Amino acid sequence: MSSAAPAFGVRHFRAEREADWQRLEALLDLVEKKSPKRLTNDDLVELPRLYRATLSALSIARETSLDASMTAYLESLSTRAYFILYGCREPLWRQIGGFFLHGWPAAVRGMFGETLLIAALFVASALAGYFLVASDPAWFNALVSGEMANGRDMSATTEFLRRSLYESEVDGLHVFATQLFTHNSQIAIMAFALGFAFGIPTFLLIASNGVMLGAMYAAFISKGLGFGLTGWLMIHGSTELFAIILAGAAGLHIGRAVAFPGQRTRLAAAGEAGRRAALVMIGVVIMLLVAGLLEGFARQLITADYARYAIAATMFAIWVVYFALGGRRARG
Amino acid sequence: MPVAKRDKSTAPRPTDAERRTRALVTPEGVTLHLRLAGAGSRAGAFTIDAVIMFVTLIALTVGAFLLWGSTGNMGPASIIWLLGFFLLRNFYFTLFESGTRAATPGKRALKLRVVARDGGRLTGGAILARNLMREVEVFLPLIFLLVAQAEGFSNRWLGLIGLGWTAIFIFMPLFNRDRLRAGDLLAGTWVVENERPRIAPDLLAANDTARIDAYAFTPQELETYGQFEVQRLEEVLHRNDPDTLTTVAGVIRRKIGRRDEGGSWSHDRAFLEAYYAATRLHLERRLLFGQRKRDKFDSAG
Repeated sequence: MSSAAPAFGVRHFRAEREADWQRLEALLDLVEKKSPKRLTNDDLVELPRLYRATLSALSIARETSLDASMTAYLESLSTRAYFILYGCREPLWRQIGGFFLHGWPAAVRGMFGETLLIAALFVASALAGYFLVASDPAWFNALVSGEMANGRDMSATTEFLRRSLYESEVDGLHVFATQLFTHNSQIAIMAFALGFAFGIPTFLLIASNGVMLGAMYAAFISKGLGFGLTGWLMIHGSTELFAIILAGAAGLHIGRAVAFPGQRTRLAAAGEAGRRAALVMIGVVIMLLVAGLLEGFARQLITADYARYAIAATMFAIWVVYFALGGRRARG
Repeated sequence: MPVAKRDKSTAPRPTDAERRTRALVTPEGVTLHLRLAGAGSRAGAFTIDAVIMFVTLIALTVGAFLLWGSTGNMGPASIIWLLGFFLLRNFYFTLFESGTRAATPGKRALKLRVVARDGGRLTGGAILARNLMREVEVFLPLIFLLVAQAEGFSNRWLGLIGLGWTAIFIFMPLFNRDRLRAGDLLAGTWVVENERPRIAPDLLAANDTARIDAYAFTPQELETYGQFEVQRLEEVLHRNDPDTLTTVAGVIRRKIGRRDEGGSWSHDRAFLEAYYAATRLHLERRLLFGQRKRDKFDSAG
């Protein structure tokens, strides 16, 4: 510049740095459109440097330049780079590994109290259902829908009930298992999502399921088939009911955080509880998948009571040990 | 996160865009501004996603029927349909938002993305939590609606009351400042605009000092406008619309008391370019001394 006019600074500022910005933009495009794996080692070293250079250029531009287009561009570029660098996630397989190794059991342990409470509620409502129907069989039809009972009500014969426990058509088991899995998972996800309303709908959902179970028990026990029903139910029920209780606990965990956030803000508490509960929910879906397989296949193929009890107890032990001990060492 | 507050007495009412702006301070100590997505674009993005899900469901159903027809066996077809529907209903959003761009096709189309509210890492748990909540936000109302349609009188009222209750969840984004869905609340996320403005050519690079000097602007003339007007002028020059250029040139000439030289719009453009460059250089020099003249009413600069 030969002129004495004040052409200092800004013009050179932009010309000197624009190549860096374009390079950063190209790298970000590569990461977003293709995959971070496409970056070479040099790119990986360059990316944070370019990000910091752009960020510092943004600071300078805001204080010294009136070029609105440049400032907006720098801000958007910095924001993109920020989220790529600081919001980066672990690769999927490591996320999955981490989930099974410590994320899931730790999340379940984090809501131990809620799990106990929901389990107690479930047992209490099952007992209530049982004693209601035992005292007056007319209650049965009020508690269990005809569709659900499918003829297995208080007036059914012992022979009919026995057949419902030990005989089944072997055709279409896989469809049956799939249906059970998707239906139960949907109910469980609903129980989780409803927890947001301070957990009250979750309570209702769990209690209504418990009452229904108790009423069914009343029908079978009155015919002396309580032992058989337990085997029929628990072969998958030790997994399925566990999963449903965990789903209810996850909902309650959220409801509790929303209602009583403690020292944290309500939003922070809800966020923390929500993320933990979501982890549990993925686990619940997996448990229900297992339960669906057990219910669809194992129960139909295994009709001996003791074999059913053995499977039920084994599954329950596996879950309890896994949730109690899983990932403790990893957390130090 | 708090937004830098302006002086209430002098500042104009915040525009919608300003009200949706949130500040994020990076670990390097620089403030970045995120603009939250408006309710309209959120609804638009969801509509696109809903259409995609619906079309996929139709394709899945047709595919299942074709499989049933060709094999004559209902089993595999119904399993594929059941699992496909389950995955679509519960994991469509989760799957897409887990990607690098953290956006479903609908959000991509409307230039939105999901980010963690604290600016940190968007965890898998957070994405799951915000999307499993859709069960009460979308599917539960849908179920209530169907019940209200199909059932008799008493159940219809039950369905309508249920619908009213779930409406709280549906319209939640309209009732809070941060446009949070119930799912966003739970997951600690929010949806922000993801615009990518291109950098416009540098207007100063085109101007040599000789051409500015030819107009011989006086300091008073350069003090007439502030940062706001200079940046609007920048937009006008980038847009390069002859009519606008003529109008703006006329307004500025009248304001600074210069005679209209007549001539074509290219004269007007040359005048505006020179005036823009001169004013910007002048104001930027004042900036270096810590004096920012925000707009033409600002006497501080």
